[in-house]
Amino acid sequence: MSTSTKRHAAEREAPEGEPVEAPARPGTPVRGRRRRVPEITYSVLVFLGLLVVWQVVVKLFDVSTILVPAPTAVAGSLVDGFQDGSLMTHSVVTLKEILLGFGIAVGSALVSAVLITQFRPVERVLFPLLILTQTIPKVAMAPLLIVWFGIGISSKVLTVALIAFFPLLINAVLGFRSAAHEQVEMLRSFGASRAQVMRHLQIPSALPHIFAGLEVAVILSVTGAVVAEFVGSSEGLGYLIQASNFTLDVARTFAVIVVLSAIGIALHAVVVRLGKWLVFWTATPTETAGEV
Amino acid sequence: MPTSTDTDCVIRLDSLSMVYPTKSGGTVQALDDVSLSVRGGEFISIVGPSGCGKSTLLRIIMGLSRQTSGRVTFGPSEDTHRNQLGMVFQQPLLLPWRTVRKNLLMSPDLHRARDAATRAKADELLVMLGLEEFGDRYPNELSGGMQQRVGIGRALMHDPRILLMDEPFGALDAMTRDQMGLDLLKIWDQDRKTVLFVTHSIPEAVLLADRVVVMTPRPGRLADVVDVALPRPRRLENINTPEFGEIVLKIRKLLDSEHSAH
Ligand SMILES: Nc1ncnc2c1ncn2[C@@H]1O[C@H](COP(=O)(O)OP(=O)(O)OP(=O)(O)O)[C@@H](O)[C@H]1O
Ligand SMILES: [Mg+2]
Repeated sequence: MSTSTKRHAAEREAPEGEPVEAPARPGTPVRGRRRRVPEITYSVLVFLGLLVVWQVVVKLFDVSTILVPAPTAVAGSLVDGFQDGSLMTHSVVTLKEILLGFGIAVGSALVSAVLITQFRPVERVLFPLLILTQTIPKVAMAPLLIVWFGIGISSKVLTVALIAFFPLLINAVLGFRSAAHEQVEMLRSFGASRAQVMRHLQIPSALPHIFAGLEVAVILSVTGAVVAEFVGSSEGLGYLIQASNFTLDVARTFAVIVVLSAIGIALHAVVVRLGKWLVFWTATPTETAGEV
Repeated sequence: MPTSTDTDCVIRLDSLSMVYPTKSGGTVQALDDVSLSVRGGEFISIVGPSGCGKSTLLRIIMGLSRQTSGRVTFGPSEDTHRNQLGMVFQQPLLLPWRTVRKNLLMSPDLHRARDAATRAKADELLVMLGLEEFGDRYPNELSGGMQQRVGIGRALMHDPRILLMDEPFGALDAMTRDQMGLDLLKIWDQDRKTVLFVTHSIPEAVLLADRVVVMTPRPGRLADVVDVALPRPRRLENINTPEFGEIVLKIRKLLDSEHSAH
């Protein structure tokens, strides 16, 4: 799932024809981590190729620096930003928003999913409502949240949580329901209680789905934090983008985008690694329910 | 196993009936007035056309479904409970995140009874099932036949007195299947558990059983119970003897006549 989204994204960014090969993995064992390592390598290669093309185009056609700065200018701005500490402080703010919001989303989505799958009445009342609210574009709520919770960090955290919550919930519910009926009966034939069925069967069966949801949600969290900062903030990387746009410091805007991407890639990688480690028994990643 | 109770009845089915409601609002009668007494240590095969209620019968005995009417009683004494039952399903149904050994230890884990003795028993079972080198492997590293053997071992782990087997070899190829049947007989011969064995294969039913229960098409009733008075231990060569052929023919005729009667 995340695999394909990422590859599409890479294709969109590299129209220059940088070939995006299907990762060939000769001789890798069927079980275990066979996907990630080469894929990150490919992402990096595509990214580097893009940089080279970009630099050449900017120099060759003498593009205005207010429109598109050369990668070297962006790199310079990155170095400056980290040296004067501004990029770092704003990154920390945004990262904090992302992690808090993501954490809240994970916690509440998992608890809701357990309640929904374990208690019929909860499911009857809550699930249709949740599906209904799922159709609301969550970013549209960001201005409201700023009005309600102020310009500080809490409105950003809540925006992130709101955006990350739904894909997590849907996948977790699917996951807790994914255990085969026959497996449940097998455990019952050994006298397992409902709690034991949950612990020994439903939770492990849900893990692949939950991690599919986490992969989507973690990327959405980054988007959520930046959008909320756009709407109203005095710090954070989203604020920094707006500020540098205002002063026509496009190189700096690009530098912030680079940092944001790095944060997204790093968080995604952590989730994927954790997933591979915990869900060691499936060779193929589970399909996600439609995202957002 | 106390020899004095060997001939006593361990499972008694009294006019069991099962009616399922269907999605369209109607009903399906899966079992109709099934009565049977199973003696301790007996190996009983159950054959019948698809959909006649064989699985339903085992599920009721196991307590996974509740019958519409009739009674299931366990003997010979009051303290015979459902936890003396073990069930082997058509699919191995192993948990893929547990090693083979831990799959065997499923039942002790559920009852918080995993100690040195049960671990030793698991090792014993691994040897008996020919899986001693696979204890620490995961199920997806095993062949279908090996997985099914783990499923059988898992049911044997808590040493049930009664083993319910619902087409345990159904998913296996013919050769593995014959071998598994003979292996099962060997295991059975060690302590003569009571076995109810559902199968689609008449020769398999006859080769393994003391008695073969023949069921009618839906609603499942007992067409007849055929005695298999062949000497034990049984071997694959038994299949080619005339006595064997006669019994197979008898069962086939029973099934055919029931079919044409419908
Ligand atoms: N949960 C259920 N709800 C409704 N009908 C059911 C249910 N389980 C079984 N039945 C019906 O009861 C009948 C007997 O089913 P059962 O699974 O016991 O047959 P079976 O003899 O085991 O068949 P097979 O040899 O194909 O496994 C079938 O007609 C089936 O459609
Ligand atoms: Mg069946």
